[in-house]
Amino acid sequence: MPIAKDRISISDRLSAVAAWPVLLIFKLLDYPLSLVQRIVGVKGMPWIFLLPNLAFFGLFVVIPLGINFAFSFTGGPELFLSDRVYTGTEQYAFLLDCETFGDPITCREDRFWKGLYNTAIFIIFQVTFLVLFSMITALILNRKIRARGFFRAVFFFPVLLSPVVVALIWKWVLLRDGILNAFLVSIGMDKILFFVSPEWSMFWAVFVSIWAHMGFYTLIILAGLQAIQPDLYEAAEMDGTSTERVFWRITLPLLWPNLLVVVVLALIKGVQIFDEVFVLTGGGPGTATQFIVQYIYNTGFTEQVQNFGLASAASMVLGGVLFVLTMTQLAATRARDNG
Amino acid sequence: MTFNFKTLLTVSSLATSLMASSALAETELRMMWYNDGNEGEVIQSIIDRFEADNPDISVVLDVVPYKSVLESLPIQLAAGQGPDIARVTDLGGLSEHYLDLSPYVSNTAYWEESFGPFLNWLAPNSDRISGFMTQLTVTGPYVNKTLFEQAEVAMPGDGATWDDWADAVNEVASKLDIPIPMAWDRSGHRVAGPAIAMGANMFDADGNPALVDDGLKAMAQRLYDWHQDGTMSKELWGSVSGSTYLGANEDFANGQVVFYMSGSWQIPQFADKIGDAFDWWAVPAPCGDAACTGMPGGAALVAMADTEHPEEVGKLMDFLAQEDNLAEFYGATLFIPGHLGLATGGVDFATVDPRAKHALETFSGAVPTISQTAFDLQGYKNNRVLFNALISRLNEAIVGELTLDQAYERMESDVAKQLEELARK
Repeated sequence: MPIAKDRISISDRLSAVAAWPVLLIFKLLDYPLSLVQRIVGVKGMPWIFLLPNLAFFGLFVVIPLGINFAFSFTGGPELFLSDRVYTGTEQYAFLLDCETFGDPITCREDRFWKGLYNTAIFIIFQVTFLVLFSMITALILNRKIRARGFFRAVFFFPVLLSPVVVALIWKWVLLRDGILNAFLVSIGMDKILFFVSPEWSMFWAVFVSIWAHMGFYTLIILAGLQAIQPDLYEAAEMDGTSTERVFWRITLPLLWPNLLVVVVLALIKGVQIFDEVFVLTGGGPGTATQFIVQYIYNTGFTEQVQNFGLASAASMVLGGVLFVLTMTQLAATRARDNG
Repeated sequence: MTFNFKTLLTVSSLATSLMASSALAETELRMMWYNDGNEGEVIQSIIDRFEADNPDISVVLDVVPYKSVLESLPIQLAAGQGPDIARVTDLGGLSEHYLDLSPYVSNTAYWEESFGPFLNWLAPNSDRISGFMTQLTVTGPYVNKTLFEQAEVAMPGDGATWDDWADAVNEVASKLDIPIPMAWDRSGHRVAGPAIAMGANMFDADGNPALVDDGLKAMAQRLYDWHQDGTMSKELWGSVSGSTYLGANEDFANGQVVFYMSGSWQIPQFADKIGDAFDWWAVPAPCGDAACTGMPGGAALVAMADTEHPEEVGKLMDFLAQEDNLAEFYGATLFIPGHLGLATGGVDFATVDPRAKHALETFSGAVPTISQTAFDLQGYKNNRVLFNALISRLNEAIVGELTLDQAYERMESDVAKQLEELARK
C-alpha cells in the first residue's frame, strides 16, 4: 500500500504530464507574441488580443450593416448591390409618407406603420408584465421554500425551448379544437376562436412571449437578489423594519442595476419579436399581430417582387429605434453610477 | 520489407488514381423537389432507371418544403446558387433563370408537340424549351356528398351559381351542425377563377394588368359577406396576415367542411386520407355572370441556366419527359397530365377509388371550360403580384381593418408599386 507521500508524488507527476502540452503551447506562442509586443509596444497588446473578436464582429455585424445601409438607397429586383438601381432616399420617403402619423391607413406604406404601432403596443404590455412577473418569481424563488431548486428549473425550462417549439405548443393549446377550448366546453362554456379576434391574438402573443422568456430575466433578478448582503436584512430585522419598507428601501434600490439591465434587454428583445408570434398567429388576424420585423421579412422575402431596398430602409429605421434604446440604457447606467 | 512497402505504395497510388478518375467522371445533378403526395417516390424510381442507364451521372433529389420553393429558391437563383433542376409553381415568375433546353434535347419537335401551350407559361413570349409540367392543375370545389345525403338536401347540379352553392351548403351545415359550411384555400389564385367567372378581366385593353373591376368586386363582395354571415369561417382566412397560404384540406378531411374550394392536386391526398370515410366529391366550377371557370395552373420541372452541366441536365430532362415515363408518373401520382398526348389518349390511373376516379374525370373535363382570361392570367409571369395583393387586402377588409373600397384602392397601389419596382432594372 503506497504511503501518502507516494500518492502526492504520483499526483504531481500526472499534473506535470497534463500541463506539458499547455506549457508547450505557451513556449510556441512566446516567440511570436514577444515579436509582436516589440512592434506594437505593451500598450498595443490589448488590441492584438481583441483583434480576433473585432474581426468576427466586423465581418458578421459591421460589414452587413454597411451593406444593408447601402441597399436602403437602391431599388429594383436585383440581388447584388452592384446590379441595383440607385434611388437616393426614395425608399425612406415612401416609408415615411403619411398624412397623419397616428393613423396608419393614411400612410402610403400602411403596413409599415401598423407594424410599428403593433410593436409599440406589444412592448408596452410585454415588458411591463415580463419585468413584474420575473421580479415576483425571483422574490419567491429567493426565499427558503420547499423544492426551490425544482421550481427554479421549472421556470427556466421554457428558455431552453426553440421559439418555434414554444409557439407550436401554444398553438395546439389555443386552436378551435385545442386543449383550452376542450376545457371551456367541458365546463359548459362556448369555444373561443382566439386567433380570429385581434385582442385575443395580441393577448396570447404577449402571454406566450412572457412565458417563454420569463425564466431568463428571473435568473438575472435572482442573481441580483443573492448579491445583496444578508447583513442589511438582519440589521433591518433587528430594527423592526416592516417587510414593505425593507423591499422599498433595501431590496429595490440595490436591485436597480439588475432591473435596468432586464428592462433594456426585454425592450430590445421585444422590438425584435418575430419567430414566436409568426408561428403562433402568422401576424393575424389581418395585421393585428404583424410586427415590424415581420413587415421587413414579408417585404424582403415573401412577395413575388422581393423589395430588398424597402426592407433595408425599414430595417435601418428599426436599427435606429434599437440604437436609441441602447443609448438610453447607457445613459441611465452612467447616471446611476455617477450618483 | 522494402518490397512490401513499395508494393503497398504502388497499389495505393493506383487505387487512388482509379478512384479519382471515377469521381471525376461522375457528374452530380441536384434536383429541388417538393411533395404533395407520393410523387417524390415515383420520380425517384424513374430517376433510378436513368442512373442505371447513365452510370456517369448521379441525381440527388433534394426534397424541401413547398414554402422553400416559393421563398428560398428565388433567392438562391438570384445568387447563382440554385439547383440544376427544380420543381416550381411560379412558372413564369422565375423564367429568367431557366435554361433553354433546345440544344440539349434529342427531339425538340416532340417537346413542342407534347407540351406546346405550357412551354409558353414557362418562357413567355419566346420559343425556349425550359421544362415540362409535372402536373396540370385546375381549381375547383370538393363537396362532402355524404353530408348532403344525411341532410337530405339536393346537391346543386351543372350550371349552379356560387349563390346556389352558398345557399345549399348553409342548409346542410345548419341541419347537421357542421362548423364550416364553405372553405376556400387562402390563395389569390383560388379567388381568381371565381372572380373571372363573375366577369373580372384581370387585364386592360392594352394587356396591362388591371386587377380591380366590377367582376372582381362582385366576387370580393360575396367573399366578404360570406365571412360576415358565417358561410365561411374567419378562422382560416382571418387568422393570418399578408399573402400567407393556408389550406382547409385538413378540416375537409375531418368532416368539418361541407364545401371546399381548392383544386385537382388534392385528389391523391384525399384518396389516401379520407378513403371511403365519406363521399368526397369533386363538382364542376360554379358559375358567375360571365362564365363557369376555375383557374389552370400546375407544377413544372424546369432546368436552371446556372447549371454547370447543361448537357447532362438536358439528357435527364429528355429522359423524364418521355411519354412512357410520364405515363407512369401521372398514373401513379393521380396527377392530371401536362402532356398533350397523354391528356388525349388517357392515363391508367393507379386507383380503384370511385371518388378519386370521378374527381380526375371532373377536373380533366373542366379543362375545356376554362376561360381564356384564366389562361392569360396563368401565363402572365407576374401573376403572383396580383394574387398576393388580392388575398392580403381582401383579408384585411374581411377582418375589419379596411373597408372594401379601401381594400380595392390598396390592391391597385400594391400592384402598381410592385410592378414599378420590377421595372427598375
